[in-house]
Amino acid sequence: MQRRKHMIKREFWARFRRNRLAMSGLVLVAGMGVVALASPWLAPYDPNFIDLKEVLMPPSQSHLLGTDTLGRDVLSRIIFGARVSLLVGFVAVGIATLIGLLVGALAGYYGGWVDQALMRMVDLMLCFPTLFLILAVIAVLGPSIWNIMVVIGLTGWMGVARLVRAEFLSLKEREFVVAARALGASDARLMWRHLLPNALTPVMVSATLGVAGAILVESALSFLGLGVQPPTPSWGNILTMGKDNIEIAWWLSFFPGLAILVTVMSYNLLGEGIREAIDPRLQE
Amino acid sequence: MWLYLAKRLLLMVPMLLGITLISFTVIHLAPGTPVELQTTMNPKASLEAQQRLKEIYGLDKPLYIQYWDWLKRMAFLDFGRSFAPDRRPVLDKINERIGITLSLNLLSLIIILAVAVPMGVLAAYRAHSWFDKATTILVFFGFAMPSFWLALLLILFFGVYLDWLPISGLTSLQFSQFTFWQKVQDLLAHVTLPVLGAAFMGLAGMSRYMRGSMLEVIRQDYITTARAKGLPERTVIFKHAMRNALLPVVTMLGLSLPGLIGGSVIFESIFAIPGMGQLFYGAVMARDYPLVMGELVIGALLTLVGNLLADLGYALVDPRIRAG
Repeated sequence: MQRRKHMIKREFWARFRRNRLAMSGLVLVAGMGVVALASPWLAPYDPNFIDLKEVLMPPSQSHLLGTDTLGRDVLSRIIFGARVSLLVGFVAVGIATLIGLLVGALAGYYGGWVDQALMRMVDLMLCFPTLFLILAVIAVLGPSIWNIMVVIGLTGWMGVARLVRAEFLSLKEREFVVAARALGASDARLMWRHLLPNALTPVMVSATLGVAGAILVESALSFLGLGVQPPTPSWGNILTMGKDNIEIAWWLSFFPGLAILVTVMSYNLLGEGIREAIDPRLQE
Repeated sequence: MWLYLAKRLLLMVPMLLGITLISFTVIHLAPGTPVELQTTMNPKASLEAQQRLKEIYGLDKPLYIQYWDWLKRMAFLDFGRSFAPDRRPVLDKINERIGITLSLNLLSLIIILAVAVPMGVLAAYRAHSWFDKATTILVFFGFAMPSFWLALLLILFFGVYLDWLPISGLTSLQFSQFTFWQKVQDLLAHVTLPVLGAAFMGLAGMSRYMRGSMLEVIRQDYITTARAKGLPERTVIFKHAMRNALLPVVTMLGLSLPGLIGGSVIFESIFAIPGMGQLFYGAVMARDYPLVMGELVIGALLTLVGNLLADLGYALVDPRIRAG
């Protein structure tokens, strides 16, 4: 059993490594993680250091990506912004995945009215324009990084729930599950020990893609001024300043957006890469 | 068909109830009561507004009665009055803006379909060709592009650098003095950037979906049959294959509605377009609860209706659905 697991892992790696796009996604994701963790050492300036003699300077030797309206170094703010984006991305996806797992598992395992009720709930949540729902909740609770993480998580679990439910539905009829049930395993044990581990791979893919989605939503909220509040730097709120100065300072609009694009794309590439490495049929 | 329609309409009732339930929950999410939250956290809330809030939420009554009362008002689309100084009914405010948002989104949808469908068909027909690879790259960009950044780039390039197109509002200042054709021209110039931006955002998903659907269809026996009986390739692809591949795309259209409506918050606030999204943004910033709730419910309603229309369209072209 242990050896077989090892084999599967090796095959997965072999396929993943051959996929150049997936590998570049992985490298970028890792790189961005390092940037976020090591930002105090990587940033050339204190991201909140205000220098009113150096206001709105275009990119130059001393400020590689220019400065903002308060003379703060844009590169340093972008480097520190990576922390916010990744933190929100991971926590929000963690919340969404937990809820999705729970809902999907219960619906798929018990079926019947439990399934009906939970899946109608999913349909309902999908009816709301997500951004409207998130903004409405933020309007009530007030903007803060914690509220954002929770709200993005609470509005993003439906896809995972559907996925897990589908996996459970097909898994629960399989022989190893029927056998475990015949041996007297409890519902909880069946779900936790037998079904869940086998349903985790698609969840992993959707969580990776979910991080990308959550980063996009966070930056949109911060851009609208309803996310991470200044002076804490986030890619979205640097862009707000870019929008206000769009006719005179292109660098404020260009670089933070590029950071979002690259980060989101690398998570997407990684997620697609994992998906294809798990299921080689997709690769054609 | 009528039976199907009736069934679908009946199914909408519990959905509507659910939408109100979720919206109701959102108001009651506030720690303590929304009134306390407003008075302690928001110096803008006057005593009058406090009283108004208490009235609106009926906070002295038990929760289920509060919900019932709220539901009764929702049934008549009574969302109360806005907290803004003009105190106008929420529904009036939404009414005068909903048309702009819907027409802009409709325009984007048309562009999305006009570009994504041929793109997906061609990418599937020539799978793994350079064209397929180029669209794949475009799709990856589309999925990763923050919509507001795209809007800023469009403004930077077409508005500031080339100075071709206006970057904010729906009309120019002298709009009222223009002749009819000048008015049309002016409007088109103003909506070009926001509509193109929204269309690009939707393009990625739709073209990918069309490609997948087309790949599926091309493998079917009836396509082989059509080819075997000597039909020209053009007829096989565009008549036999594309028509069938379009079916699931119709459903996809319905599903893409919430994204488009949600996205209008971003595009309208960047381009200063007086639509529902901008209204919603203003309401959120001003903590105008009745307006926020009204828009939330209307937004969900629009999605529901959009899904219904998509399903009806699907049923219209596919008799199997009607029978089922």
